[in-house]
Amino acid sequence: MIALGQDEIAKYPFLADAGQYLKDKGFTLEQFGTDPDLKQLVEKAFNRIEVAADGKIYQSDLIADQASNQAALPREVFSFLLAIVLLKLSGMTTLIKRFALAEARRAEKYLEKDLANISDESKKQLAIKIIDDLFSIQVKKQDDFFVIPVSDYLTHSINFHEREWKLINRHVENGLVFLSPHETVRLIRKELGTYINSKIINAKAPPMISSFEEPVNKLIILSKKFSTYTVTTGEYPPCIKHAIKILEKGENLPHSGRFMLATFLLSKGQSIEQISPLFKNAPDYNERVTLYQLNHLAGTSGSGTHYSCPSCEKLKTQSLCFAIPECANIINPLQFGKKRS
Amino acid sequence: MQENDIKFLEDSFKKYYFEHFDLIHVPNRTFEREFGFQKFNSGMTRHISIKDDKELHLLLMRNIPSDVYCSNGYYSFPNLPMNEKGWKEADLIFDIDAKDLNLECRKNHTISKCNECNEISISNINCAKCNSTKLEKKSLPCKNCIDASKYEVSKLSKILIEDLGVQPNDIHVYFSGNEGFHVYVYNSQFQKIGSRERSELTDYIMFHGAIPETFGMKKFKPNRSSFPDFQEKGWGGRFSKEVYESKSKRSKIISELIINGYSSFQKTLENLSNKIGAKIDPNVTMDIHRIFRLPGSLNSKSGLTKIFCHDITKFDPYTEASFLHENSVEIIVSCPTKFKLKNRTFGPYFDEKVSVPTYAAVYMICKKLATLS
Ligand code: SF4
Ligand SMILES: [Zn+2]
Ligand SMILES: [Zn+2]
Repeated sequence: MIALGQDEIAKYPFLADAGQYLKDKGFTLEQFGTDPDLKQLVEKAFNRIEVAADGKIYQSDLIADQASNQAALPREVFSFLLAIVLLKLSGMTTLIKRFALAEARRAEKYLEKDLANISDESKKQLAIKIIDDLFSIQVKKQDDFFVIPVSDYLTHSINFHEREWKLINRHVENGLVFLSPHETVRLIRKELGTYINSKIINAKAPPMISSFEEPVNKLIILSKKFSTYTVTTGEYPPCIKHAIKILEKGENLPHSGRFMLATFLLSKGQSIEQISPLFKNAPDYNERVTLYQLNHLAGTSGSGTHYSCPSCEKLKTQSLCFAIPECANIINPLQFGKKRS
Repeated sequence: MQENDIKFLEDSFKKYYFEHFDLIHVPNRTFEREFGFQKFNSGMTRHISIKDDKELHLLLMRNIPSDVYCSNGYYSFPNLPMNEKGWKEADLIFDIDAKDLNLECRKNHTISKCNECNEISISNINCAKCNSTKLEKKSLPCKNCIDASKYEVSKLSKILIEDLGVQPNDIHVYFSGNEGFHVYVYNSQFQKIGSRERSELTDYIMFHGAIPETFGMKKFKPNRSSFPDFQEKGWGGRFSKEVYESKSKRSKIISELIINGYSSFQKTLENLSNKIGAKIDPNVTMDIHRIFRLPGSLNSKSGLTKIFCHDITKFDPYTEASFLHENSVEIIVSCPTKFKLKNRTFGPYFDEKVSVPTYAAVYMICKKLATLS
């Protein structure tokens, strides 16, 4: 992993090994529950999540690149690590997602500044290394620009729907795309969020400490504000309804969700022309690609292979299942609502 | 197609395959490729593996396929069903077809065959005899068609090399065997990208989706100095050559562009894509599971060979891709336009019985304009 200095950990706390960091500083989690001075940090952590849940970026105590004073640095890192502990204890994935996104936006600012730093070459190198290590994009400096291979650019830019991100609207030369520091960092925003999110998801939840109970309960209440899922009955199973709702809201449905939805509707006898408009709202909608993918799934194009709707079990592992009592005894969403003999 | 016509085509194809094994090879990394073939008047057989040239030649002799295909994709298990194949990567392929180029000459050599009464005539909306609208179009591409396709190939190659960093010797151009060219790109940084990325790449190559800001035009306060200049690399330079025409006119034209405004500029860009964009078929390039006609094999739409072009500027498909026999055969043919093969001109024929060399007979039977007499 990347060797980090004190102020760098404060800027990119998600790169630190949490347990190791606490140990190095000579603290245990329990102390944060008991020591009145450290307790403040738990409040700070809670506040950090609250701000993120609100869709804002946490205003840190770091001024410009430097911490206002030496004590501020560890506080920054602690509040991040404690926020993760609280989130893990609450188990609220919607909050984790929002938190990860906000933290990504925060880190983005520092990355951008570090990339553009002319006076301190080591800061620039660190930013380049973070981008390479985490997202395997090889960024190089060329004159006033940062250049990355066209193929790397494409795999990230296709998730944007603004026209200025189309390759045609970029300066391209010799297999490289020319970007400003801001654009370079913007390109990985989503992945940075995903990275932080997965780091939190994969972290071990510590045992509950009594003084954490209150903030954790507050988090659970807070998360209710963001869950939009409501149970509905009707001809389609909940997993399918949920997917349709996400698309209607113009939110991003993961590939596995699109696969489920498309194969389900195709099996129900809907035509590609009927299905494709469903995807129109998706942030990365592209008519040609959607038609190609649907044709591919339906087996009407090249491969001739017909894909079938995944099983409930598979969908459960993909977090696409939202089972309700009517789902009892079925193994595939296609069986939903059918009378069994 | 009639039995005896099929028999004749199969005999001619078999003879070609037997005599030209030297032209037909399995591609490298053979084990990772999916092969497929089709027989006259029957469906496609896909998802097969072929070991080596010997096995390929055996398949050709045994099945006498009308068309033979091979994937540009590389798979772990090429002979399993598509979702179990384990896609690894795919060469980048471009299809340039004369029929997609909106050429003026097309109307002179597009023949329509009526599905109701079999009447053959030069392109019409209705059948001249029975007025039916169910017409099947057949084109006998002319020299202009081929030259226009070559021009698109050269535009494409330039973009690939200058903008996308492809090495010139990694670009291989093949005559498709009918009306255009297939351009293969090997060993590029694009081997592993998926179909969405490839689709985006085709928009770049076709000059689709450009916005005025990219070329210095802003909605408010356009900035003169940020308009492209001649020596610029990529689209900036190509834009300059097409829009300003000459260095001396640059400044005057920029003033005009600014006066005409933003939305007019957007129109200019859209019109430009027709001129400076390379006219490729985007659906072919983005398909990462497709199988393509195998180089060296015959195209059943013409009886011509899909063949590697060493020097595309000099390449003449009607002499260099026609490998079938000279032996004369008698056919009954309706072909209201002339065409040239192996430096000989044939037609026009008006429902008559003629004796022509095998290669010309196959050409017309493949186009469904003739049958054996
Ligand atoms: S149990 Fe099956 S049908 Fe019901 S929501 Fe889950 S995946 Fe869908
Ligand atoms: Zn007719
Ligand atoms: Zn022509």
